[in-house]
Amino acid sequence: MSETYNFTIDGKEITGRPGQTILQAADEAGVYIPRLCAHKELCAHGSCRVCTVMVNGRPQSACTQPAGAGMVVENETPKLLGMRKQLIDMLFVEGNHFCMFCEKSGNCELQGLAYRFGIMAPQHPYMFQKKDVDASHPDIYIDQNRCIVCARCVRASHDVDGKSAFGFVGRGIHKKIAFNAEHNLSETKLAATDMAAGICPVGAIIKKRVGFAIPVGQRKYDTKPIGSDIEKR
Amino acid sequence: MKENLEKVIKEICGKHGNDRSKMMDIVSGVHSQLGHVPGEAMGLIAAECKAERIDVESVVSFYAFFSKEPKGRVVIRLCNDIVDQMYGVQRVAAAFKEELGIDFGQTTPDGKFSLEWAPCIGMCDQPPAAMIGDKIMTWLSSDSAREIVRTLKECGDPSKLKHTLGDGNNAHELVQSAVSNNLREKGAVVFAPMELGAGLAAALSVSPTDVIKKMISSRLRGRGGAGFPAGMKWEFTRNAAGDEKYILCNADEGEPGTFKDRVILTEAPNVLFEGMTIAGYAIGSKQGLLYLRGEYAYLRAFLENVLAERRKAGLLGKNIMGKGFDYDIRIQMGAGAYVCGEETALISSCEGLRGDPKNRPPFPAQKGYLGKPSCVNNVETYCAAARIMEKGDAWFAALGSQGSSGTKLLSISGDCKRPGVYELPFGVTLKDVLERVGAEECIAVQVGGPSGQLVSKADFGRKICYDDLATGGAIVVFGKGRDILEIAHNYMEFFCEESCGYCTPCRVGNELMKSRLERIMAGHGESSDLRYIEELGLTMKTMSRCGLGQTSANPVVTSLKNFRSEYEKRVIKREDGMQPSFDIHKALETSEGITGRKSVHFV
Repeated sequence: MSETYNFTIDGKEITGRPGQTILQAADEAGVYIPRLCAHKELCAHGSCRVCTVMVNGRPQSACTQPAGAGMVVENETPKLLGMRKQLIDMLFVEGNHFCMFCEKSGNCELQGLAYRFGIMAPQHPYMFQKKDVDASHPDIYIDQNRCIVCARCVRASHDVDGKSAFGFVGRGIHKKIAFNAEHNLSETKLAATDMAAGICPVGAIIKKRVGFAIPVGQRKYDTKPIGSDIEKR
Repeated sequence: MKENLEKVIKEICGKHGNDRSKMMDIVSGVHSQLGHVPGEAMGLIAAECKAERIDVESVVSFYAFFSKEPKGRVVIRLCNDIVDQMYGVQRVAAAFKEELGIDFGQTTPDGKFSLEWAPCIGMCDQPPAAMIGDKIMTWLSSDSAREIVRTLKECGDPSKLKHTLGDGNNAHELVQSAVSNNLREKGAVVFAPMELGAGLAAALSVSPTDVIKKMISSRLRGRGGAGFPAGMKWEFTRNAAGDEKYILCNADEGEPGTFKDRVILTEAPNVLFEGMTIAGYAIGSKQGLLYLRGEYAYLRAFLENVLAERRKAGLLGKNIMGKGFDYDIRIQMGAGAYVCGEETALISSCEGLRGDPKNRPPFPAQKGYLGKPSCVNNVETYCAAARIMEKGDAWFAALGSQGSSGTKLLSISGDCKRPGVYELPFGVTLKDVLERVGAEECIAVQVGGPSGQLVSKADFGRKICYDDLATGGAIVVFGKGRDILEIAHNYMEFFCEESCGYCTPCRVGNELMKSRLERIMAGHGESSDLRYIEELGLTMKTMSRCGLGQTSANPVVTSLKNFRSEYEKRVIKREDGMQPSFDIHKALETSEGITGRKSVHFV
């Protein structure tokens, strides 16, 4: 086909289609590039930076960078793996993550990446920031201790659900999720059936009463590492 | 009360066409009328502008000049930049605190005053300085601080504060400011006298593509620091698909130590507006925006007047100079966010959003302001463009050095006898610059502001140009006895405050870098901390999304590189490699006090 083009990731020949990002083309070719904020049903955000690859020697986030003919992409180099590990680490110390009693354990993408990268304990010091918890909504609760500011819920609610239940306030380390309401989450139009309620990569947005429906040990990343679904293709 | 609020909001939103993209102006209008933007007002604004409440709240929460909580009728913002610290701002701060009876971050119980710290307000050549409302007060002392509070307690109006008027247009009836230009050396490009309309007439006598050709052959590069060829940027924007295009001017200089745009805006606004108009003609735009940093609000009325005069003279508006070219310029005010100096964040802010940078591609030349092709350049770059049209591309290309044509405006402050703005040809050595400003006792120079590098004497022979010491123009001189780590720390505090928080490496990395530096400064550092700093710095540089995070580790990384001994003498070398991150004896003090005996384990 004349419309396709070729480029390489770590020397492997990849075929891309017009309009694809490096991440999308890599996924199709069975090459896993770690990511957190990116989600196949949402527009790219480019905030976690975990998917950063070297494109012709320059760093670019794979989720936002369009693939192109002849590109030379580096993905699994020791340098990039080390830096990604640092980013995952940063997300742990920025929040207050207690995997051992989090409902999301085993289904958590941050935890999954930590295991994939062999992180036993963070190398950065914990920040122990005080974060808000909102349990006002009848079906959903939000624990910002676990939020990684990836904007998946913001994008899903705005772009897919058409509700704009979430947004961001503050800046720097104080940037956080806020609700489209004067007081709390229950005042928003958010429903448990919304995409925004089920798209959180970590345990920040949890549906009530179903947290342990699937027992620990039988969850998504309990037996296979994160990314293995892509690598198997 | 509620009805009154509704009326106020309706009126302000209506004034801006209930246009969601004018959110900066709307929020600013509400803020100046109410002293804050309460939650109730956010809902009302959203309803008027067909936006969501959260859109309003996100804007209010992002900019330093906006607040959800009530603020005093007069907000005193004292600049805590490193230069102000060197010139005794802490004594001024103590006087303000004592006189007002409140601490920083607080508002007086009578609701009359709020006291805040502000990052660099563009007055490093006349420190310590503060914004009192929109009014700038310079060369503050503890006495003048007390005097300011006493006057304001009587009249409550910052415009009634007594001060001598600054030189040049600072004394203009529409400025009436205490600010001094400190324009020490005028060069051939920005500050040479220019006949009104001369550059524009030359541009309009040739085709737009010929103007771009001249820009390219002049080898003009962006003056903001990145140095992208201006002619190429114009060409990309001209060639981008679409009829509606915009010219944006970045007058949001916020890099600590920079203040050159302030002097251009005060003394050469016509050169700037002429350059913006030429750019509009070249790329096929009808509208220009000057994004003016909130700290320079005191220049707004003056600049609006310059624009009005240009319209009267046929240099702006319909059928400019009778050549059938329509173009106008409006001023968009910022509200205290350094990151808005990043071109895509500036566009976000102009669109009435949080000042988050945008993903690239698409680049602004393809998809910029309101999704339309836009050309964003620095104040100084547009000035140079006007001159190139007036005096010729060959004339400009012959100035400066190989690869860096023209002159560069340098904002120089710190430990020197003649701080101020210097317009010098590119290629001048740092040593030459230091002699001009009278900095004989200098031990270190911050070139390019905190996002640049802290250089030592070994580098004083290097040249100011794109290929050697590249700089947006901020140069801060540090004399004998200054603490290198304290300088780096002040700058890290700045970046922690100014990170937009969008991406992980910048949001978290800056905090980690600052706290590791604090550990070393507190005497708990260990030699492995120096490696930690280097690795963290590299991750921030490589993985960050925009220029802020890519350079914000520089104060620590470059000072470590060029002043390694300053760090090494502060860290403890331990053979066991353990990190003494806290003092066990200090931690035990309380319990030892209660039990009345010393620990038997830790002696």
